[in-house]
Amino acid sequence: MNFVLIPAFALLAMTAPVHAQTSAATAPVISDGKLFAEFGGREGLVRIVDDLFVYVDADTRINTFFDPTKRDHTKAMLVEQFCQVLGGGCTYSGKDMALAHKDLGIQTRDFNALVEDLQKAMDNNKVPFSAQNRLLAALAPQHRDMTPAH
Amino acid sequence: MSRFFRSGALALSLILTGAAGAASAQSVLGYGSGKLLLTGGVSQVEGQAGGGLTPWAVIGGYESDDQIGGNIYATDVNTTDFDVRSSGALVGFYNRVELSYSRQSFNTEDVGAALNLGKGFTINQDTVGVKVRLFGDAVLDQDHWWPQVSVGAQFKKNDKGWLVTALGARRAKDTDYYVSATKLYLAHGVLLNATVRQTRANQYGILGFGGIDDKRHTQFEGSVAYLINRKLAIGAEVRTKPDNLAVAKEGAAIDAFVAYAPTKNISITVAYADLGNIVTRRQTGLYASLQVGF
Repeated sequence: MNFVLIPAFALLAMTAPVHAQTSAATAPVISDGKLFAEFGGREGLVRIVDDLFVYVDADTRINTFFDPTKRDHTKAMLVEQFCQVLGGGCTYSGKDMALAHKDLGIQTRDFNALVEDLQKAMDNNKVPFSAQNRLLAALAPQHRDMTPAH
Repeated sequence: MSRFFRSGALALSLILTGAAGAASAQSVLGYGSGKLLLTGGVSQVEGQAGGGLTPWAVIGGYESDDQIGGNIYATDVNTTDFDVRSSGALVGFYNRVELSYSRQSFNTEDVGAALNLGKGFTINQDTVGVKVRLFGDAVLDQDHWWPQVSVGAQFKKNDKGWLVTALGARRAKDTDYYVSATKLYLAHGVLLNATVRQTRANQYGILGFGGIDDKRHTQFEGSVAYLINRKLAIGAEVRTKPDNLAVAKEGAAIDAFVAYAPTKNISITVAYADLGNIVTRRQTGLYASLQVGF
């Protein structure tokens, strides 16, 4: 029975529109001209990340992880990374993800809390659910860089 | 209609118990809500995290790696001739181990009278479940093609041994074993699950275990779900079963469901179920389930 199932899983995985390998520094680039526009381009990403931090600041599960004195830089790096992943032609210039989150003691639940806040921010900015999931699918493997204990 | 009222009252009392349970759990346990919405599945008919019919590889409850979570549920399936209730609770530990208890009650309604058992004669089964996640993360490992894989067991005890053995079953107590593979293809919003079960159960164990032969039969169970938005999923399931009792034919069960999670603590699942032939004839009907988590 398993022999039938494994190809089905593999086939779906292969049709996923994510081609590049995940590196420690960045998530893969999704080569789809329309996706970036569904986020409202770079300006849209700036609004989404601004909203994200409104939620993060109010989120007692994770707000202590973010240094308020580096807020502008953190926001700029997220916009840059999302823009790169979404095929917007940006290049992430920030630190290696594993290095940037080393010693913060981030757990999987914290990673998921940030995802929830990002989902709310994307909802606010009318990003279609399917487009949201394509970004999240590209970012999700970063949980291994950010939660090194696991 | 009265059945719906009974279900409603049961559901309401469960919500109230759940609210109290959640409050105390929060203070006592290292309680967690570290998983994403609907990623713990709902409660399947034997009380484990999964779809409605089949267990998934996911560990139930919204806990994450370093947390404990859990939920309680109540399900009613009102079929052509029968009414099946299932309710229970599960606890998930560290997104690794899931323990569950459930009781299934099979009300024979008018068929009970026809069989001289009495109208509304009810067969109950208690199931203790254990599930262990072996590897993989169905949700987060989006760069891996392989699914999350878990193994599980369901220890079942039927309370009408005299009846099920009279019907040809060999025993009233037995254990099912299974392997489940579950993967969320997030970029597509599609979740797939496949479960292979070794079982001697007739109709989940409601009609006992073993019959024409006394061997465990290998059965397949599959689920597919599509995420419409963060709170809403639709899907379908199939569960094959042995056909091992001489007195009554048994077939596969299928369903088509809608699962809605208005908040992280509550999910409601409604399905149209075709449970296949049970004793008299093909049984179809409405499946409704409420789960309250902490």
